Amino acid sequence: MNNLEYIKERFNQLPSVNDLNGLGVIRQKAFEALNNMGIPTTRHEEWKYTRIGSFFNKEYQYQANQSAVSAADLAAIRLPGYEQANELFYINGRYSAELSVIRSKGLTVQFLQEAARNEYKDIVSKHLGHSSNYLKDGINALSTAFVQDGLFVHVKKGQIVEHPIYIYNITDARQANVLAQPRTLVYVGENAQVKFVETFNTLGTQESFTNRVIEIVVEKDAITEYYKIQTDASHASQVATTHIQQIGKSSTHTVTVSLNSGLVRNNLNIVLDEQYCEAHLYGIYLQQGQSHIDNHTVVDHAKPNCESNELYKGMLDDQSTGVFNGKIFVRQDAQKTNAYQSNKNVLLSEGASVNTKPQLEIFADDVKCSHGCTIGQLDEESLFYLRSRGISESIARSLLLHGFAVDILEQIKLTPIREYVDKLISERLEFEFA
Amino acid sequence: MNNELSAIEKTVLSDYKYGFVTEIEADEAPPGLNEDTIRFISAKKNEPEWMLEWRLKAYKHWLKMEEPTWANIKYDKINYQDIIYYSAPKQKKKVNSLDEIDPELRKTFERLGISLDEQKRLSGVAIDAVIDSVSIGTTFKEQLAELGIIFCSISEAIQEHPELVKKYIGSVVPITDNYFSALNSAVFSDGSFCYIPKGVRCPMELSTYFRINAEGTGQFERTLLIADEGSYVSYLEGCTAPIRDENQLHAAVVELIAMENAEIKYSTVQNWYPGDKDGVGGIYNFVTKRGICQGAHSKISWTQVETGSSITWKYPSVILKGDYSVGEFYSVAVTNNHQQADTGTKMMHLGKNTRSRIVSKGISAGVSNNSYRGLVHVGKNAANARNFSQCDSLLLGDKCGAHTFPYIEVKNNTGVVEHEATTSKIGEDQIFYCNQRGIDTETAVALIINGFAKEVMNQLPMEFAVEAQKLLAISLEGSVG
Repeated sequence: MNNLEYIKERFNQLPSVNDLNGLGVIRQKAFEALNNMGIPTTRHEEWKYTRIGSFFNKEYQYQANQSAVSAADLAAIRLPGYEQANELFYINGRYSAELSVIRSKGLTVQFLQEAARNEYKDIVSKHLGHSSNYLKDGINALSTAFVQDGLFVHVKKGQIVEHPIYIYNITDARQANVLAQPRTLVYVGENAQVKFVETFNTLGTQESFTNRVIEIVVEKDAITEYYKIQTDASHASQVATTHIQQIGKSSTHTVTVSLNSGLVRNNLNIVLDEQYCEAHLYGIYLQQGQSHIDNHTVVDHAKPNCESNELYKGMLDDQSTGVFNGKIFVRQDAQKTNAYQSNKNVLLSEGASVNTKPQLEIFADDVKCSHGCTIGQLDEESLFYLRSRGISESIARSLLLHGFAVDILEQIKLTPIREYVDKLISERLEFEFA
Repeated sequence: MNNELSAIEKTVLSDYKYGFVTEIEADEAPPGLNEDTIRFISAKKNEPEWMLEWRLKAYKHWLKMEEPTWANIKYDKINYQDIIYYSAPKQKKKVNSLDEIDPELRKTFERLGISLDEQKRLSGVAIDAVIDSVSIGTTFKEQLAELGIIFCSISEAIQEHPELVKKYIGSVVPITDNYFSALNSAVFSDGSFCYIPKGVRCPMELSTYFRINAEGTGQFERTLLIADEGSYVSYLEGCTAPIRDENQLHAAVVELIAMENAEIKYSTVQNWYPGDKDGVGGIYNFVTKRGICQGAHSKISWTQVETGSSITWKYPSVILKGDYSVGEFYSVAVTNNHQQADTGTKMMHLGKNTRSRIVSKGISAGVSNNSYRGLVHVGKNAANARNFSQCDSLLLGDKCGAHTFPYIEVKNNTGVVEHEATTSKIGEDQIFYCNQRGIDTETAVALIINGFAKEVMNQLPMEFAVEAQKLLAISLEGSVG
């Protein structure tokens, strides 16, 4: 039995399909969409350069036993500054209330199943699954079909969440290959402020495939920061969708760091659905071995007077492949839009390759939009400058590459996290900065 | 500002001055497409057996293909059985000199501003004119023959130089390449053929003039241009069609082959009938153009000014196979009213030290949509490949769209690829600056648009540049206040 059939069987076993008041309807619809569209192949325009079909030919267990994760396992993967943070743990895609720590008072964290019935049900029914309007493929539908295990995070009006929220996605692949589908809906109320840091860890040596979707709704005057840090093992692959809907004039800031993996596909959608919104998107990827990194971003300027700014930088070594696809839509009434996008790549070895497609679709005339992308090597003259001052070639290269990455590192505003990522990058560049 | 808006609203296409119909009796095939149609065309042309087989093979392949839907264009499904695939102006069997050409036809070309007469000697342009499906006359043939240059219609080339045609036709755009090129391979009725021998620098611009005249016809011409080692040629192409309220199909194929050290410069001013202001009628321009830099140090340069057609689907491409070869693409695409354009280029870097440059300027007005779609591919062995692309869009009015779809694929780590794109409108400060100096708004806009497109216009041969500039102004007349 291949994985897709297995998944479908699992779906049919779940009880809540018939529950039409809760999440039943949206799940049923998504399941039908999954059946209609299937898992995307390279014939799908959005998946032209990324193959995920092989993950569905193998057997992956869905929701293995979650109690096996020990305190020692957690200690090894905790992010710096966790003592001061709210921590949310997902084990094999399922939220673990026992392990998680909520330090900020007034922050509501509950299962989507509950939220779909209580006072939050309007928010849930309105915003859950909004990402499927932008991602028309079976992989997004697959996540929604199993949405009953998802989590709902509510940041209430006016709340400034001082402790950042750390999200740990732990996949326990010690016994078998695991398919994990963490799913989260975040609501950031009016005037609220919140910061998220998310990481991914696979335990054991079996393969893991994570299909994670997080949908964030940002209200008027709210400020949201989101840092996704991905440094998993090479037998861990993922499709990670981050869908941000700015429904009031608000500001969002995202940094996507991809340092290691088998295959990583990041979907980042930002919908600027009210006037005077601001969105900043940054990303860095450093790949080696056979790894594959795919960053798909969509910035949808649906309303006038918004601003978006995007910069993605990548370094590709060995046989790794990088994909960047940045879309900017400017709708007909989104006049006075400012949208900037840039993607820069450095190819470090003979076998590395990169495919990039910065795409603009513009229907309004009074706009300022530009995009640029470059693919190249380290500047010979800069290298020579450093060499002529007695710096060895390898150090000179590391220095230059580190310099290349700094633009993005600077965008991580949480100091312990910035230092942590800087250290990861510096280690990778085989250079210690004292 | 209100004035300006209303001016945009009342956007009217200025008269399409090439929209007349010439009353010439035509020799036509019955509408519809089947093997018999192809045999009919082939027999009409008195073609050798291999050509017919090649056509039938293309036709069989075409039947298995599906019309592409990936382009950013919308149109009603084309009924391929309604089209007349062969239409030739009736005239005497064989023309020996230009004087024998039907006077009606000659008048047509004079109205188009192209005289096939000796006057053209002054401007030094050799012309091959293609009306509907058939080439009606080629000028300066003898003079070119002295240099060993073959410039004639492709039907003639099939008769007289079958070895060259057989060798090169379909070598750049194979019959299996895409839906429209397969269709063209099956039913092409005429086109131009040009061969420049080794070391010859073609002394004059070669030019083909295409015109669709008859109703209900499709035009399927095929151009094959071979520049042998160390030669140079500059080739021009122009197109017009009468005003009709039906959509006519134009599916051409152009193949260019540049050998070692050869250079081909191919310029197009495309002004097919774009349809009226409500989007009724107009030509569907689905064209496959591709060149190959076969030898080292060869160069192919495409320049296009696209102002006509209700739909343009066209990607002049260069395969940079030879080491140190160079590909260039300069384009101005203008869409107004309901026009749609999805155009761009492909640069396939395969050889070492290859270079390419893409400059694309899109201007959209009315309710039109203008897309740039391009591919820069650097292959695994294409060491030191270099590409620079620039795509700028100018939006006139708030109901039109500008889109960019640049694909960049780099598989070699010594490649350097840069791409930049901007989208903007004409700034009020720019207009104000001109107004302040006594230049009225309309002239100021024309001035700014000309400046915007100048980088491409500069690439056109002199005679064309002047015409293209006028065309640009006419196409956008009335679209800005």
